[in-house]
Amino acid sequence: MRRWDWDRIFAILLILPSVLAIAVFVYGFIGFTGYVSLTRWNKLLPDFTWVGLRNYQTLFAHPRFQIDIRNTVVFTVLFLAASLAIGFFLAVLLDQRVKGENFFRSVYLFPMAISFVVTGVVWRWLLNPGSPEMGSTGVNLLLEHMGLGFLKWGWFTDPTVLYIHPDTDAGMFLQRIGLGFLTTDKFGISVAMISLVVAATWQMSGYVMALYLAGLRGIPEELREAARVDGASEVQIYRYVVLPLLRPITLGAVIILGHISLKIYDLVVAMTGPGIGFSTDVPAFFMWETTFHSNRFAQGASIAIILLIMVAVLIVPYLYSSTRREIAA
Amino acid sequence: MTPLVERRRPLRVRIRWPRLLIYAALLLFAAFYLMPVYVLLVTGMKSFAEVSLYRMWEPPSGIHFDSFAKAWYGSVEEGFRGLSLNFMNSVYITVPATLLSALLGSMNGYVLSKWKFRGSDTLFAALLFGMFIPYQSILIPLVQSLSRVGLYGTIPGLIFVHTVYGIPITTLIFRNYYATVPTEMVEAAKIDGANLLGVYRWILFPISMPGFVVVLIWQFTSIWNDFLFAVTVAQNPAIQPITVGLNNLAGSYIVEWNVQMAGALIAALPTLLVYIFLGRYFMRGLLAGSLKG
Repeated sequence: MRRWDWDRIFAILLILPSVLAIAVFVYGFIGFTGYVSLTRWNKLLPDFTWVGLRNYQTLFAHPRFQIDIRNTVVFTVLFLAASLAIGFFLAVLLDQRVKGENFFRSVYLFPMAISFVVTGVVWRWLLNPGSPEMGSTGVNLLLEHMGLGFLKWGWFTDPTVLYIHPDTDAGMFLQRIGLGFLTTDKFGISVAMISLVVAATWQMSGYVMALYLAGLRGIPEELREAARVDGASEVQIYRYVVLPLLRPITLGAVIILGHISLKIYDLVVAMTGPGIGFSTDVPAFFMWETTFHSNRFAQGASIAIILLIMVAVLIVPYLYSSTRREIAA
Repeated sequence: MTPLVERRRPLRVRIRWPRLLIYAALLLFAAFYLMPVYVLLVTGMKSFAEVSLYRMWEPPSGIHFDSFAKAWYGSVEEGFRGLSLNFMNSVYITVPATLLSALLGSMNGYVLSKWKFRGSDTLFAALLFGMFIPYQSILIPLVQSLSRVGLYGTIPGLIFVHTVYGIPITTLIFRNYYATVPTEMVEAAKIDGANLLGVYRWILFPISMPGFVVVLIWQFTSIWNDFLFAVTVAQNPAIQPITVGLNNLAGSYIVEWNVQMAGALIAALPTLLVYIFLGRYFMRGLLAGSLKG
């Protein structure tokens, strides 16, 4: 009995360094950042005078931050939609017993092994539009070669923001029903973000493919067979049997891609920077500049806390339910 | 006139699109994923004379390594550093941090799967949260405390940071891996008189190799590819790893774009080689990262 107890104590001692490290470097540090965000420390030397939520008020009133939130939402929605659609499509194709499946799978997945910085550098040159005087470059040039020159555009150099103008019919309608605030560029789509979406989708869609393919392979053949006996067409089988069974995988992919896209930083730094009129700026970039270039630590901390809250809203319910499920099992 | 013997059905569902269309789509996507690699390779191998943005897609006239040499060694006349120093810094940071975090993950995974105690599952979930947080939310106190203990702007500092923030994912992978080992084996060893370390030494460690390979590959890849910690903790060019070096190279207006492309290939090469030769394990790490094991 005694040795048993020693083993218990020793087990706890074994994980103690890690537990303490995470307690301090994750939870303690988050606490400290939260505290800093409530102080006046907006110059190089620390100043822990309490100012309440003033940094957050400044932040939400800041045009650049409003643009950043808009860009993050646009990026997250487009990136998730593109990655899930392409990933699922490729998984279904690879599930048709194709020759060379291993080759295709490796090709689709290899960008996952590469750093966002490399991806950013390469795609910056690929999507560099060139100029009307000197000629097109990169993908624009390729489009020209393929006779698709009408598809050329400025990619990340195009500062256009698409939004519902107040003097259009739709805009006037929105104003009449009290939703006039939607008719500003703060609720628009910065088209330059599409370039970041293309690069990020190139990097991550293979991962979604791998998840879905593993899921498809896990569906028992009898289920599909039963549906077929009941007279379901192949498309119906995918719609009513396969897709519902893959829902947990879709959820997992949304969580993983979602938290990556909310935090996206490396890719923006290497590929576009904040862009013209902050057309490709994101909160993580704003946070780093505010904190480590301008030494506005409290303001930077407030951006970091908003980022953390956005990620936590996504992750915590998922973590909670998946550990719950495991304990129940 | 229905046939008496029903035609045998194929074992798996097949959408009856013409096969040709399936292969065409697969090849089209393969071209999309390989397009950047093509540009990287042909641009890197062109001679300086034939490099032109307007002839980006044309193959090189021969194989030249000038761009790679310049990206690696830098250029004194033009005044920029090559990536050789950054590459070695990345090696010095990545190797120890990978080994240390794998070791910690193995210990944690063992205890949290085979020596569960009250609250150990909650503790595990609390550890896991650490792998999802935006690191921006810990950077300010991190820089402060690293400077206080003299680790700010040093390679040991970066090793420490990567080890600590690697604990959640390595613990997760090992815990899921050890969970597949039947508890009966562990119980039997305990009855035979093995203690905590004995069970690990005789039962789990001998079969841990695949787990270690998955974790080592995963950590190697993510630490090699890290940019945020590196750019925050290593302001001094002498200790910057390859991702920061590449970003500086690419952000500089004096460096030709073919040199930038060669640099990008150099930065990607180690993790790409790992992927090509150990792709199976890489894949397992990826799936483990999605919490399902």
